[in-house]
Amino acid sequence: MSIDPTLHENPDEPHFLKTALTDRSFAIGSCITLLIAAMALLSFLWTPYDITVLTVADKLQGLSLAHPFGTDHLGRDILSMIMIGARNSIAVAIVAVGIGMGVGVPLGCWAAARGGLVDEVLMRFNDLVFAFPALLSAIMITAIFGPGAVNAIIAIGIFNVPVFARVARAGALSVWPREFILAARAAGKGKFLISVEHILPNIVALLLVQGTIQFALGILAEAGLSYLGLGAQPPMPSWGRMLFEAQTRMIVAPHLALFPGLAIVVTVLGLNLLGDGLRDLLDPRLRRER
Amino acid sequence: MKTIKSIIGGAALLLAAGTAALAARTDLVVGVVLEPPHLDPTASAAAAIDEIVYANLFQGLTRVGRNGAVEPSLAESWDVSEDGKVYTFKLHTGVKFHDGTDFDAEDVKFTLDRARAEDSTNAQKQLFAAIDTVEAVDPQTVKVTLKTPQGAFLYNMGWGDAVIVAPESADGNKEKPIGTGPFKFDSWAKGSAVRLVRNPDYWGDPVALEKAEFRIVPDAAAAIPALLSGDVQAFPQMPVGDALSQIESDPRFVVKIGATEGETILAMNNGKEPFNNLKVRQAIAHALNRPEIIAGAGYSEAPEIGSHFSPANSAYVDLTGTYPYDPANAKELLAEAGYPDGFKATLKLPPPPYARQGGEVVASQLRQIGIDLQIIPVEWAQWLEQVFKNKDYDLSIVSHTEPNDINIYARDDYYFNYSNPAFKEVINTLDVTSDPERRADLYKTAQKIIAEDAVNGFLFQLPKIGVWDAKLQGLWENSPIQANDLTEVKWTD
Amino acid sequence: MTAYLAKRLLIGLATLVVASMVVFAVLEVVPGDPALIMLGMNAEPEALATLREQMGLNQPLLMRYLDWASGMIVGDFGRSYTYSSPVIELIGERAAVSLPLALLSLVLSTVIALPVGIFAASRRGRPADTISMGVAQVGVAIPNFWFALLLIYLFAVWLRLVPAGGFPGWNAGLWPGVKALILPAIALALPQAAILARVTRSAMLEVLGEDYIRTARAKGMPRRVVLWHHALRNALIPVLTILGLQFAFLLAGTIIIENVFYLPGLGRLVFQAITQRDLIVVEGVVMLLVASVVLVNILVDIGYAIVDPRLRTRQ
Repeated sequence: MSIDPTLHENPDEPHFLKTALTDRSFAIGSCITLLIAAMALLSFLWTPYDITVLTVADKLQGLSLAHPFGTDHLGRDILSMIMIGARNSIAVAIVAVGIGMGVGVPLGCWAAARGGLVDEVLMRFNDLVFAFPALLSAIMITAIFGPGAVNAIIAIGIFNVPVFARVARAGALSVWPREFILAARAAGKGKFLISVEHILPNIVALLLVQGTIQFALGILAEAGLSYLGLGAQPPMPSWGRMLFEAQTRMIVAPHLALFPGLAIVVTVLGLNLLGDGLRDLLDPRLRRER
Repeated sequence: MKTIKSIIGGAALLLAAGTAALAARTDLVVGVVLEPPHLDPTASAAAAIDEIVYANLFQGLTRVGRNGAVEPSLAESWDVSEDGKVYTFKLHTGVKFHDGTDFDAEDVKFTLDRARAEDSTNAQKQLFAAIDTVEAVDPQTVKVTLKTPQGAFLYNMGWGDAVIVAPESADGNKEKPIGTGPFKFDSWAKGSAVRLVRNPDYWGDPVALEKAEFRIVPDAAAAIPALLSGDVQAFPQMPVGDALSQIESDPRFVVKIGATEGETILAMNNGKEPFNNLKVRQAIAHALNRPEIIAGAGYSEAPEIGSHFSPANSAYVDLTGTYPYDPANAKELLAEAGYPDGFKATLKLPPPPYARQGGEVVASQLRQIGIDLQIIPVEWAQWLEQVFKNKDYDLSIVSHTEPNDINIYARDDYYFNYSNPAFKEVINTLDVTSDPERRADLYKTAQKIIAEDAVNGFLFQLPKIGVWDAKLQGLWENSPIQANDLTEVKWTD
Repeated sequence: MTAYLAKRLLIGLATLVVASMVVFAVLEVVPGDPALIMLGMNAEPEALATLREQMGLNQPLLMRYLDWASGMIVGDFGRSYTYSSPVIELIGERAAVSLPLALLSLVLSTVIALPVGIFAASRRGRPADTISMGVAQVGVAIPNFWFALLLIYLFAVWLRLVPAGGFPGWNAGLWPGVKALILPAIALALPQAAILARVTRSAMLEVLGEDYIRTARAKGMPRRVVLWHHALRNALIPVLTILGLQFAFLLAGTIIIENVFYLPGLGRLVFQAITQRDLIVVEGVVMLLVASVVLVNILVDIGYAIVDPRLRTRQ
């Protein structure tokens, strides 16, 4: 869980297909992301071992051909656990981003369209949510409503709302004064219709970039919550909890902590690169500076 | 990699050798898992309090020794009347509380009266329930009269909840405990450590340690590095998990696997469908593969149990074979009970690793006979509220660490929802029996009844994995009572 | 300026009031009876009832909120259920660990990030830029608790240079205290440094692209002078924003790290308090953190206004 470092400029019309493949960040990032997603999807059909069957006698094995990443403290195959864990991470992060977008974007657009009191109240509400340290609040929420994937999603999702509201509002505010909007208004279109038909398409790129970043943050947040035992619950594996369980066994089996950690790093790295790449492609001004 | 490590390790050893040339140490850092809520053992059932203050800071009339026997403490001797109702305690002379006030019979009377008073918040009021009157005959003599003879009275007086406190300081004991023990309270850094110092005016044999610190080390993840780096020199009960083998092979440490009073059970809600059906409970008992659960819970060895009784107790009977591991038989029993395809249920697991990890293994074993368990991890607070108090659960895993607590199966309204008049009868007889042999027989009968009723899944006796510096002597290997008695602990060279 | 300041303060105050209501309301629905937790597993019902009465748990909700909220104004945060000592004392004890930790990691991350970011900006597009930003990119992706684990096993268990965890207390002396905070501070600082380095770099690039910098360079001013005197100063605004945000984040974000190193700080206090249902402590700590975020935001805004007068009117 961390801070989005960049304030976004209004992007010009997207024309990224041309340059997409030549942008290094985008190419690497999308490859990694696709790979992780493929791994998660594959786990629905096939994993090397069935992780619901425990063979405690095989516990804490090192790396071998049979178990490329070794086995955990209950004798489960770590590669299989990581594959299924990817599912969990991705699902939690996607839904959390979905909540953030689903609630935040309409709010942001509404604030930008109406201005005045609505805008003021909404932004103060944003400040209020931002004033709560996100991780602490997520811990509170999961501790109150019980640990589990669903509550982790909600906890992470809530804190995505003001992020998207802010981005959508900023984006929308910069679109509103433009001429084609004025034309639409002159043609008698209502604010709602304009928001949906003209504003939204113009800020989609912005939201996409922010979405990628929040996705990556969501994966980190989920890992943190799981590490504290507040995320997905057994028998569903999660990367964060695998790290927690590995921690006590690091002197006997360091590989236990290695692979789930790497899985998180690689996934987050992939998404961040993808986000950077997208921004470069969508925001020509920044690209010029590279 | 290995060579670099050994070179660096060698350098570290040299450094360590340089400092070891000094005289024997007189300080000790002991690692404990739970932080006490406060330090008054007479106002809470929290074992974390007794693990720090028992025998070190506070003393009772009697005490429980390292082998579980009742020994004299502040009372140097006692007489019991013919009818077993009047106990006359002869107290030690020259005993002072840490604040300098004298200890005498009035303090004993104050303590016992306070504990059994109407507004008492003593968590173990039943320890004092048998007391009718307490009389300070003279400063060195106390006469306690019981309503009915009670076989376990002297043992009860040895609990941490029955330690003697002074009227002058009793109310402040939570924050600044004042007792009569060989150590005095020094400071408490909340969340971190409780520090004790030697009591120079101690009435008994002086202790070897000058300073003792109980450091709160919540889990294995923190405990292992703390031990390996020498920050903590002793863990009377170390959360160590699978790293045990590594530590056992390290010559710097000794590992003592002792017994505790912790019967670890798969608690079943006997009052709820389908667990009110004996066949279902028997099926579950047959489906449990204890060695695998023990290994999964992170123990290399732990005594299996077949009933709610400590194998260390002389009245123990081995009932582990009552319902041996037999999944096929378990399935048949389930079918007979009307669940040929099994059923769904929940398994609520409190935080300790034996529950969380053991629970995963139990869930996987029960899944093999068709019982599909949803694991719900709960914090202790929620466990107490939901499982213990409101009995809102199907299955749970927990270790019952109170000594000799088989009588909980006779309690109405206990969270097992178990009720068997025959069992209650046995416990009632036990309460008024003081003949040791008769008592042992009754204990054996009690064990058999609950084993055959498969009230709970009886898993294993929680081992006490004590790990400490090889140069330390005098720590307890077993824990017959929740205590870390440091009176005989010393460093050797 | 005064009007602007007054408005900011007023909004901050209102945020605090609403936040206190939210915190109190949310925590009231937490399941778990503090009295039961205090007495433990074998508690008897009478003892429990007595204790509930003593703790004032039987009073109506509104009364308890007003009691609590009005107490906070005069610095009385109530009494912890589990520790039976005043919450403010607990917070004070724990802040003595968390505050230095947060400061130390803030300093560390700034000391690492600013030079790296400026350096990368000055070498835009060259291998040095690519490599340092690549490292930063990885740094952002590393979960700090995983990094902490690696640090513990390398420096504490393997090399035994620093303690693996725990805190000796400031009474034990400055150095032992700082020593215990080094690893946690590094673990916290690294991912923050990575973010900060990236922000610094892009802020510098943005400024370096401005006309007046080009003019300065064209006038023949040495590159170093332009970089450090003109560009950095203007690039500091976004950097300061991030720093301000990061401090609040670090203070709260210590929860996981304090758990990894079992440091008796605010994060551990609140985490333990949540699991033990010591709600009054949770409420106190959360309010304090919220207040510090609000305060930092106000300070950052004021900082803006001082650095860039144009912003004052825009608000």
